[in-house]
Amino acid sequence: MTSKGASVVIVGGGVTGLSTAWWLARSGCDVRVLDKGIVGWEASGRNGGGASHYHSPLYAEEQRLWPLMDDLLGYPTEYRRERVIVAMSPAQLASYHKMAANFNALGYAADHIDSRQALELAPLVSPHNLGGIHVKFGGHANPQRTVQAYAWAIQDLGGKVVQNCAVTGFQTRGGKVTAVETDQGAFGCEAVVVAAGPQTGMLLEKLGIDLPLASARAEMIVTEPAPLMAIGGVDGNGLYGRQTLRGNLAYGGGPHEWVEVSATGPEARPTTPLIRNLAKRVAELLPSAAHLRVIRSWAGVVENTPDGRPVIERFSNPDNLTAATMSGVGFGLSPASGHAISQLVLEGQCRFTDLSKLGIGRFANLPSDWREQRGWTAISPAGS
Amino acid sequence: MRPDVNGIDRAAINGKLPDPERTVQVLIIGAGPAGTAAAISEAKAGAEVLLVDENPVTASLMGLDTPLYFGGRMTTAVQRQERMIAQIFATNPALEEALELGVEVALATCAWGVFVNGPGLAALPRPVVGLANEMRAWLVGFDKLVLATGARDIPMAFPGWDQPGVMGAGGFTALVERYDAFAGRRIVVLGSGELALKTATLARSRGLDVAAIVEALPQAQAVVGPDLADIPLLTGQVIHTAQGGLTGVERIQVGPAGGPTTELSCDTVVMCIGMAPAIELLNAAGGGLTLDSQRGGHVPVLTGKGATTLPNVFVTGDCAGFGAPQDSQAYQMGWIRALLSVGDGQVMVCQCEEVTRADLLGVQPPNYLQRPERLAGRDIHTLLADGPINQDQIKRLTRACMGACQARRCREQVALTLACATQSARVPLAGFRAPVRPLPLKVLADWEEAAAMTAGWDVWFGIPSQWVPYADIGTEREAAQMVVFGEDPA
Ligand SMILES: Cc1cc2nc3c(=O)[nH]c(=O)nc-3n(C[C@H](O)[C@H](O)[C@H](O)COP(=O)(O)OP(=O)(O)OC[C@H]3O[C@@H](n4cnc5c(N)ncnc54)[C@H](O)[C@@H]3O)c2cc1C
Repeated sequence: MTSKGASVVIVGGGVTGLSTAWWLARSGCDVRVLDKGIVGWEASGRNGGGASHYHSPLYAEEQRLWPLMDDLLGYPTEYRRERVIVAMSPAQLASYHKMAANFNALGYAADHIDSRQALELAPLVSPHNLGGIHVKFGGHANPQRTVQAYAWAIQDLGGKVVQNCAVTGFQTRGGKVTAVETDQGAFGCEAVVVAAGPQTGMLLEKLGIDLPLASARAEMIVTEPAPLMAIGGVDGNGLYGRQTLRGNLAYGGGPHEWVEVSATGPEARPTTPLIRNLAKRVAELLPSAAHLRVIRSWAGVVENTPDGRPVIERFSNPDNLTAATMSGVGFGLSPASGHAISQLVLEGQCRFTDLSKLGIGRFANLPSDWREQRGWTAISPAGS
Repeated sequence: MRPDVNGIDRAAINGKLPDPERTVQVLIIGAGPAGTAAAISEAKAGAEVLLVDENPVTASLMGLDTPLYFGGRMTTAVQRQERMIAQIFATNPALEEALELGVEVALATCAWGVFVNGPGLAALPRPVVGLANEMRAWLVGFDKLVLATGARDIPMAFPGWDQPGVMGAGGFTALVERYDAFAGRRIVVLGSGELALKTATLARSRGLDVAAIVEALPQAQAVVGPDLADIPLLTGQVIHTAQGGLTGVERIQVGPAGGPTTELSCDTVVMCIGMAPAIELLNAAGGGLTLDSQRGGHVPVLTGKGATTLPNVFVTGDCAGFGAPQDSQAYQMGWIRALLSVGDGQVMVCQCEEVTRADLLGVQPPNYLQRPERLAGRDIHTLLADGPINQDQIKRLTRACMGACQARRCREQVALTLACATQSARVPLAGFRAPVRPLPLKVLADWEEAAAMTAGWDVWFGIPSQWVPYADIGTEREAAQMVVFGEDPA
């Protein structure tokens, strides 16, 4: 091991890599997280903060952990429980009711609410709402605070977070990754975790592994503060988002743009006039806040696997490699994904849930033109 | 794999962003001297020209110090839009000439975004500018765009700065010269460079008292002419505090950083330490910028005469950068250093978000969050150990610059304060994002949304298999759990 190395080197300082490193550090493991930029600078610091992914096998663990995270990490994440999802059209209402049925089938309470109850729970919503559902668990947190909380907690446990350090490749010997190569030299390792968001596929390719990913840009807007609602996790009407503890309304939704991401990461993360369509839906959903000013917008780039589900895998060749892409739903799941990945690293398997359906093997017979088939390709710029 | 893949992603942005409501040959943002001159010369060359300017801005935006640092020192005259428009024409006669040449002039119309295809974005049918008035927002296409957005004030905090009567040179000049709506009578000028002396001269010409010119550095930064020679010039001194009552500043204490102080009575403190080229539209659009102290700070990278790195986008006037006789960054740094040495950590740096100097440099979260023990061990220096300071990161953690004024009151001073505290020459520019003017949801909203947008809207990616409950994957229940397009899965 080189002097810079660690027993486990984690490539990627987004929530997935950071949570993994934090769990490993909690187990007494010596860890280094390497990120090409600042921690959480990509999707992990640019998302909606939602934490209600009932479809995931990590969901139960996510729900168990979130209420504990501030104490476990030692820094505030702004986590808040519960969600209210409000319909403005019959089709939306039907889909929220279906969602509630899924929640309830898994043993998580989600009640139908009528229009009046929606207004009581979330006073900013439209009196013309058609009701919706009240999700009694789940919740949301502040992505940027959460990212920094993980990073600081890792440092408090003796781990290292190395920023502005781009991973360029790997050294292998005898079926193992022995070092991670970066623009700051090689970091020796006994095990490696790759959780590099959109670049995860490109990095694995260097190890002869084919992880199919396509990346896209998604946009959000935020307003000046509104009076605090009792439950901040209010969305619906084609939007996801939340009211922050400061009162700001932060919402996203709607079309994404497929982009090519190079080895160095997204070149830019611009927003577009789509922010007007977001503003429209927020104003419809929360008309009592329609006079509030939009003060910023931002975009983030997220990767998707062909079925939109995460890949979490401990490989057999190299056998000390674990990789994860959370495929666009990774923020809320991060307390649990890191826990699971840390167990894959240390014990070769996850003890608290079954992850077998999230293996990379499911894409073994994927046609090479899978992106074209789905229309998941970047738009060729006008005039070219 | 799914059989329903047909080469089209209905939820992708392709074909959904609308064409602009109209397109003009030349669109000019900013009807100050530079923008108006550009409009005139384009019109003379035969072009169809639309010249927009956000002025007169509403009284409520002025209260938010947007676009300039008005410091609450405007008279009620600013509430009468007709009068304000008349003032704009009266003080810029070239506008009449532009109108006569056929230039279309849209006042009280702000530009809140410039959108062009480029890295990470290819979905726009054509380059557009987002415009808005008080009622609505719309998009205008252009063959050529000229940004003539001028310069912004650079406020700096000191004890008592967060009250009416503390303002910027730009806000002062606009209220006095353009709107004849300045509510003060007796001012103190901070700074002694050309901007400061111009401000003092303007004040004098309007019969206002100038109680003093205060310079933190040991020498005056420009030659004080005979007409200003009777004004006390207090070099090597700094403002220690501004005190006042309900209507704001009534007096200030000035003196060397280490004291003693003397009291000056005044109703207004005008900060003339510098102005920043107004590059927000260009930055949000992805145009190249460079930090050039001799051109006033962060300025456009110029690839030709007025040409920016964005195709068909040009800059003119102050927003293109202006010659500064002194090193603008060093001068501003000198002032920040002096101001940081008076007052304690409780001085508010970010008024909107109530972030104090101590919390900024302690990298502490806002007061509504708990501050667990471990946070006490964190500050700007521990963060610096992780890598160079980045103002956008500090903003996320402390909320400084996150407020409704869109950091107009604190962007530069936070950057300077961070640079000063970490002994860095500079910190990178905190990015501007559309809308670069605070716009109500209902105004920004696209109420006439294109059918393609409505039909292709999904809350997330519209990937049918993404939200299938884990237990159902690979079972006969899976098909029924596939997301129906447009339903909200999460
Ligand atoms: C607008 C938007 C809204 C979203 N809303 C939600 C939501 O409400 N709830 C939710 O759960 N999820 C949401 N998501 C998705 C969520 O943000 C991501 O799934 C999650 O952040 C993924 O985290 P990650 O750590 O796996 O990847 P990333 O955040 O992409 O982190 C990967 C990191 O790896 C680093 N890296 C990449 N390549 C290299 C290299 N070669 N060397 C070194 N470092 C490298 C990058 O710099 C980056 O920091 C949203 C995403 C977006 C964009």
